Amino acid sequence: METSLLLTLLLAPFAGFLFNVFFGKKVSRNVSGTIGTIAVAISFVISLNFFFQINNTKQPILIDLFQWMKLANFEVNFSFLLDQLSILWLLFVTGIGTLIHIYSISYMHDDENLNKFFAYLNLFIFFMITLVVGSNLLMMFIGWEGVGLCSYLLIGFWYKNQDYNDAAKKAFIMNRIGDLGFLIGIFILASLFNSTDFTTMKEVVASGETINLGWLGFATLCLFIGASGKSAQIPLYTWLPDAMAGPTPVSALIHAATMVTAGIFMITRLNFLFNLTPDVQMIIAVIGAVTSLVAAFIALVQNDIKKVLAYSTVSQLGLMFLALGLGAYEIAVFHVITHAFFKACLFLGSGSVIHALHGEQDMRKMGGLRKYMKVTYITFLIATLAISGIPIFAGFFSKDEILMVAFHENIALYVIASLASIMTAFYMFRLLYLTFFKEFRGTEEQKHHLHESPKLITFPLVVLAILSTIGGFISFPGHSWLNGYLAPIFIGTREEHHLDGTTYMLMGIAVIGALIGIGIAYSNYIKKSQVPNEDSEITGFSKVLYNKFYVDEIYMAVIVKPIYAIASFSKNFIETALSGFVFGLGKVTNIIGTRGKALQNGSVGFYLFAFVLGTASIIAYLFLDHYIRL
Amino acid sequence: MQNVLQEIGVENYIYLSTILFCIGIFGVLFRRNAIVMFMSIEIMLNAVNLLLVVFSTYHQDASGQVFVFFSMAVAAAEVAVGLAILVGIYRNIHSIDIDKLKNLKG
Repeated sequence: METSLLLTLLLAPFAGFLFNVFFGKKVSRNVSGTIGTIAVAISFVISLNFFFQINNTKQPILIDLFQWMKLANFEVNFSFLLDQLSILWLLFVTGIGTLIHIYSISYMHDDENLNKFFAYLNLFIFFMITLVVGSNLLMMFIGWEGVGLCSYLLIGFWYKNQDYNDAAKKAFIMNRIGDLGFLIGIFILASLFNSTDFTTMKEVVASGETINLGWLGFATLCLFIGASGKSAQIPLYTWLPDAMAGPTPVSALIHAATMVTAGIFMITRLNFLFNLTPDVQMIIAVIGAVTSLVAAFIALVQNDIKKVLAYSTVSQLGLMFLALGLGAYEIAVFHVITHAFFKACLFLGSGSVIHALHGEQDMRKMGGLRKYMKVTYITFLIATLAISGIPIFAGFFSKDEILMVAFHENIALYVIASLASIMTAFYMFRLLYLTFFKEFRGTEEQKHHLHESPKLITFPLVVLAILSTIGGFISFPGHSWLNGYLAPIFIGTREEHHLDGTTYMLMGIAVIGALIGIGIAYSNYIKKSQVPNEDSEITGFSKVLYNKFYVDEIYMAVIVKPIYAIASFSKNFIETALSGFVFGLGKVTNIIGTRGKALQNGSVGFYLFAFVLGTASIIAYLFLDHYIRL
Repeated sequence: MQNVLQEIGVENYIYLSTILFCIGIFGVLFRRNAIVMFMSIEIMLNAVNLLLVVFSTYHQDASGQVFVFFSMAVAAAEVAVGLAILVGIYRNIHSIDIDKLKNLKG
């Protein structure tokens, strides 16, 4: 029963993919989208069913399909593990996935390759489910690579634009760098534990068996490199902002809510290993904090609505990694969930705006949309409040918990994370004010066409806005349902936070910080009615920020250019020399042949002459030799 | 037989056969007529035969002369075959000028 349910859960999106690939062009556009949506909805319903079952029994379900490979005493099974963590991920992957599929039916309605779009989306969901429910690292790796592939396909979905193709390639290559780390980590773990199975590894760790901590530390560091590729952390984060080249639903689904959280999922899955290597945890925490600050800085001055959201995603992911590094896995998971709600809502809202403006993404040409797009505005406002950390909205609880952990563990990281949160509040309200307030700054023609988006677009927005509002209550401070729910995936008992004076003080500081950020945004963009400068007029530090700290340029100069230089050196010198030698051999042979051909001129007289001369020479030589020797 | 060598001297025979051999070589190299070339080859052959006979006498050993008989018999057979080939060539190209036989040039 459970096996067939799980297989349905897994294969429904795959069936949707196959249908849309092979028959998508033959059926009408709506059918194609509807089937894609239903496929994911089926998965969601089954996930819900599993969720209630697990929530009651508290027993993880292990489904072993068959043995995949066996090498000496190392074996890998093709099996799935449904426990508290994977089901949580399943719920929001398939749940938000369903909403975004619904949204896409309308958003992509006029695209000529609609069926391909839904095929890719379904394939993505399929791989994401594989990643989440795989019971060992290799199964996870299948999904890991698969979502990378789908991400590539969807970023480059509008393949006629070369810039989009470049963005897709960039994402793929950056991910590959991380994947290499992940693979090396898997190999080391396989040799340390003789297994890549999560349950087995956890048992080994729990039994207190001695493990080579040096190698384990190296393995966890490699795994973190893999995670930082997938989840866009320094130094591999630059692909995520460029990934906004894809259609907006893709940005919402893959590059905000689901795929980019795969790194966090993996580290949470292997929490028992990371707990053994505090040095690596420290690296994770520092990188997370720095990423969140750097990305927040860059987001301050971006003018592309999706770019702001992309950097905000990087920044929020950085906060999650900070929590992971501090060992607060359940808080990271909590922030993943709330972030999935409000960031999906924000992206879909920005998609709704872009849709209304026929593809315009520059906030300097927006403004005043509040009057024309009521539903989008309200949902966007709610999600913005949530991400800024205003109380009762979901983001407040999760972000506050991260800050609280940071405060208790490491005050420097707390300051960095708080700064990042304040900046988050600022740039999100800057985005909100520039987009929805004041007067419309676009062309007259655009103004004429301004309209609220269709129901299929606004419905997911409303659902996500509601979730962004109430989502925080799953881990209410002091009475956390989530912490209790997730407890079985950790080793040992975890202390519960107590509400005390410090907690309330930190909450107060966080809220005041957010309000300061909002206040600055208000005074700049509402009171003073500022509009960001044209590209050419940006100067000073904001120019550095606007150009994203020139990180792309630095990577270009430090990594890409030298590789090109080596390549052109090899091509121009080494290859020229080698091929010159090889071709030279051929040429010499050819010349000898051509010249030598003249000897075979067919004249018997000449042959005889050569023959006599040769014989005479031999005899002369023998005589001379003989007499000289004497 | 001893007196023959005493009267003329063995070195004169050697000179004679060298001259004959050289005549043969130059005949082969510079004449274009296949029959003349054949004759030149026979002269070379006989120069060698002469030398064999002379040394046979000089060493008082008859086997050299026996060897010459064989050599002459083989040469006769070879001439028969060679002339037959020449007749064949003549029938094909109506000439026995060897410069015209260039079909095998590279």
